[in-house]
Amino acid sequence: MQRGKKIIVIGERDGVPGPVIAECLEAAGYEVVFQVTECFV
Amino acid sequence: MPDRTKPVRVGIEGISYSLTHVPDLVRYGSKPLRELRAQPALRPQLTKHLRDFRAATAYAPHQVYIGNIGPEQLSDLATPWYENLIDGATGEGRFGDLVDQDKFYAQLGCADRFELVKFDEKWFRECAARHSTARLPRLGSPAEIETRCAKGALPLYSAEKLIGAFEQGHDEDANLVAEVLLENLATKVTAAHSLRSVLNALKINPGEIEYVISCSEEAVGDRYNRGGGNLAKAIAEDVGCENASGSDVKAFCAGPMYAMVHGASLIQAGIAKKVAVVAGGSLAKLGMKFESHLKTNMPVLEDVLGSFAAILTAAKPGQPSVRLDSVAFHPVRAGASPQAMAESLAERPLARLGLTLTDVDRYAVELHNPEITVPSGSGDVPRTNYLTLAALAVMRGQIAKSQMQDFVRARGMLGYAPTQGHIPSAIVYLGHAMESLRAGKIRQALLIAKGSLFLGRMTQLSDGCSFLVDRNDV
Repeated sequence: MQRGKKIIVIGERDGVPGPVIAECLEAAGYEVVFQVTECFV
Repeated sequence: MPDRTKPVRVGIEGISYSLTHVPDLVRYGSKPLRELRAQPALRPQLTKHLRDFRAATAYAPHQVYIGNIGPEQLSDLATPWYENLIDGATGEGRFGDLVDQDKFYAQLGCADRFELVKFDEKWFRECAARHSTARLPRLGSPAEIETRCAKGALPLYSAEKLIGAFEQGHDEDANLVAEVLLENLATKVTAAHSLRSVLNALKINPGEIEYVISCSEEAVGDRYNRGGGNLAKAIAEDVGCENASGSDVKAFCAGPMYAMVHGASLIQAGIAKKVAVVAGGSLAKLGMKFESHLKTNMPVLEDVLGSFAAILTAAKPGQPSVRLDSVAFHPVRAGASPQAMAESLAERPLARLGLTLTDVDRYAVELHNPEITVPSGSGDVPRTNYLTLAALAVMRGQIAKSQMQDFVRARGMLGYAPTQGHIPSAIVYLGHAMESLRAGKIRQALLIAKGSLFLGRMTQLSDGCSFLVDRNDV
């Protein structure tokens, strides 16, 4: 169902980093078109 | 071979912290500068929400920062702290001070070795000259200041009055524009102020310092070495540390912790007898979250430049010390999740010393003031970090899940540092840690700092550094 769906990932330094979210979503069939980790402090 | 069974300690002679209140430089913070260019109508709103020096001095987190209030007392004080100012607060603390903007401008003029800044003579003589410790800066008429600004110099203000002009250092080089040079010079003078303060407090002659390490957040350099560095030596010169050289240690917000390890290692190796670790304030981070502060109709709280200076020597009996045998770095392979960070920077180094997470009396993490960060949706950063440590202790069976809040309360603290990046990152607690160690209130504290390396777009990695501080009793 998720196969081919494009997704943007924004991770957070003190929460879940971008690459970790991206890896999970790719395993579920999403196509991650952009991922980044940000620090908001 | 070194004896691995004995603690390896380097003494911390003292530390001084400063907050330099510069409301009229908030407009030159990285975020406000961009937003005000895009939306000039924001300017009067920003001006309206700036606070005066009295309010900045009586602000409870600032009183904690300079040592007049213990961090454990913050939770007893009424919030919001910006509306419940401390009666009778002074700008002189047990291990720090607040500096007002006029004094800062005087320091800026004294520290300028390239004729970058020129002040309105009448204003300077009335408001700032009494703070000048060395030579006077260049002074001129109001018309001359206006002409310089019209030709591209950066205007400097006191309230809404134009009082100075800051020149670029090169016609074409983007790294020597006035905004960048002002950032760099502000870092230099705030670091120098803290270094002077700690030397005065400890009655150490500047000539005794052999090495200065700057872990500030600026990137001094060019032709063509961006971030070429060694602001440390410029700071040493400004303070009169004539026998010192120095260098800079950069690691985003974790810089001060690495700098302390580097400095302590120089002492331990016998290369230097007295090392100063210093950091000036980050002008770029002023007003970083000003938009959310305007939206919630609160003062723009990011109006101070944070700085500190610590002096390291061989450990004396009973002295608060850095435990070099506890130092931990976050390795490349460790992973960037909060759990991986906590394992690398807390659990493993403690296990190496035969300690568990519950053996540590106090943790200092990234102690950002939540009153600054929560309105912008950035959350309560220290609380998040403490919960991660508590969760790790639950996973390892050291506490029950129901004890997590107790763990956070007993071993953590509320954040009280301005969002100056390197300053909140654990090092801000060292002064209080030293007082609590001397008083026997705690046996040790684990300082943990993290650095967001991914912000430089060279790696997706995070980073971190930690070490224990305790008393040199055994």
